[in-house]
Amino acid sequence: MDHGGEYAPDEKVELLGTWSSPYVFKVIWALTMKGVEYEYVEEDLRNKSGALLSLNPLHKKVPVLVYRGKPVAESDVIVEFIDEAWKDRGGGGRILPEDPYERAMARSWVIFARDVLSPPIWKWFTAPGEEEQEGAREAAVAQLLVLEEELGRKEFFAGDCVGLVDLSLGALAYVIPIYEEITGTRIVTEERLPCLSAWMGRFLSSPPAKDHLPPLEKLKLSFLGERTL
Amino acid sequence: MATAGSGDELKVLGAWASPFLVRVLFALQLKGLRYEYVEVDLKEKNELLLASNPVHKKIPVLLHAGKPVCESQLIVQYIDEAFPASGPSFLPADTHARAVARFWGAYVDDKLLSSWKGIFATKDEEENAEAVRQTLAAADALEGAFRECSGEKLEWFGGDGVGYVDIVLGGLVPSMNVLELAVGIKVVDPDRTPLLAAWKDRFCALDAAKAAMPPLDRLLENAKKYLAEISFKTPASK
Repeated sequence: MDHGGEYAPDEKVELLGTWSSPYVFKVIWALTMKGVEYEYVEEDLRNKSGALLSLNPLHKKVPVLVYRGKPVAESDVIVEFIDEAWKDRGGGGRILPEDPYERAMARSWVIFARDVLSPPIWKWFTAPGEEEQEGAREAAVAQLLVLEEELGRKEFFAGDCVGLVDLSLGALAYVIPIYEEITGTRIVTEERLPCLSAWMGRFLSSPPAKDHLPPLEKLKLSFLGERTL
Repeated sequence: MATAGSGDELKVLGAWASPFLVRVLFALQLKGLRYEYVEVDLKEKNELLLASNPVHKKIPVLLHAGKPVCESQLIVQYIDEAFPASGPSFLPADTHARAVARFWGAYVDDKLLSSWKGIFATKDEEENAEAVRQTLAAADALEGAFRECSGEKLEWFGGDGVGYVDIVLGGLVPSMNVLELAVGIKVVDPDRTPLLAAWKDRFCALDAAKAAMPPLDRLLENAKKYLAEISFKTPASK
């Protein structure tokens, strides 16, 4: 049924996810910004539920948001959906900026985070040898310096409050310290990346994120498992 | 070409053969916006390009009053959002339907295009054959998407008219034609994907598409040269 306006606040929202997925947390933070109540369903990806398979038959992945029985898949798509469906909800304001050019810029940083920043970070974490690790580390730092310049003196990438870019980068705020602990090397130091370093702590204690983080010890163990594969 | 108030301030930097450029030009044509096109020689990245796109150094780039927007899908979304008075919106009004359109827009690049690139990625014929299978599977999924999105008329992904997914997939139409002519691979096929095959013909008949697509013979010549350079062997079809 077509619905062009804002949804009534008391309609049921369901989120299918897994505890360790940064994409799931991006959606959780977006829902939290809007003050949307939702029912969370933990999926076992080795034993996918009938619900997941029928709601996301194409990719069979999480997160999937279900609202009024209709599924939305792909975390970036879900976040924009949340921003539009609950347009004026939440003291957290709009997730994406209003201005079309600012929106395009925010979306480009999301692509940057996914395509330019994440690969060298992953390479650094999984590098089998010291030389490769150092090369990947420097490549990651080079991209982090780009982010550092973009952030500058702002509280968050979006300004005074968390926005789309902060949500897209947010998982790095807890993943990077764990990777640093496991590898015994640093990529974000206060000396080299002062603004980003401060942003990480600020994001973790921000209203959307502070009560919605994965269990970090459990996450570290799962990362250790991934690294030895 | 219709004129719009801010048309003079629009500039597109691109490479003539690029499917991503086709998307941008098609979107501008649909909105009736005037723009200046600047061909960029990929072998000699020119100054204007580097200045406007220091992070990615990629094309196409849209410059609106000097401000750059990169990434073809972002450019199309920007054109839609920055010029709301110029023609119908590329996205539907319904919030869930918008999410479905964005989902399929992402799918075209994340699945169809990535498999497609895999066809020419290595010298391993078995890997290339698998890439062909995945490309066709992605097209099959888009056939289903078309049925889901196009409503009763079964004309456009956008339903009543041309929409976002038509633009995103439409950029690949010249490449689909070339792939079929040069290598015999049919991404869309009247037998396998009848709705998409009809859609492709419908797309090619649009004035806005004709103005956006590169000349087929030039594209084909380009493709044949490339295939010879990489000594490509058409994977056997199953």
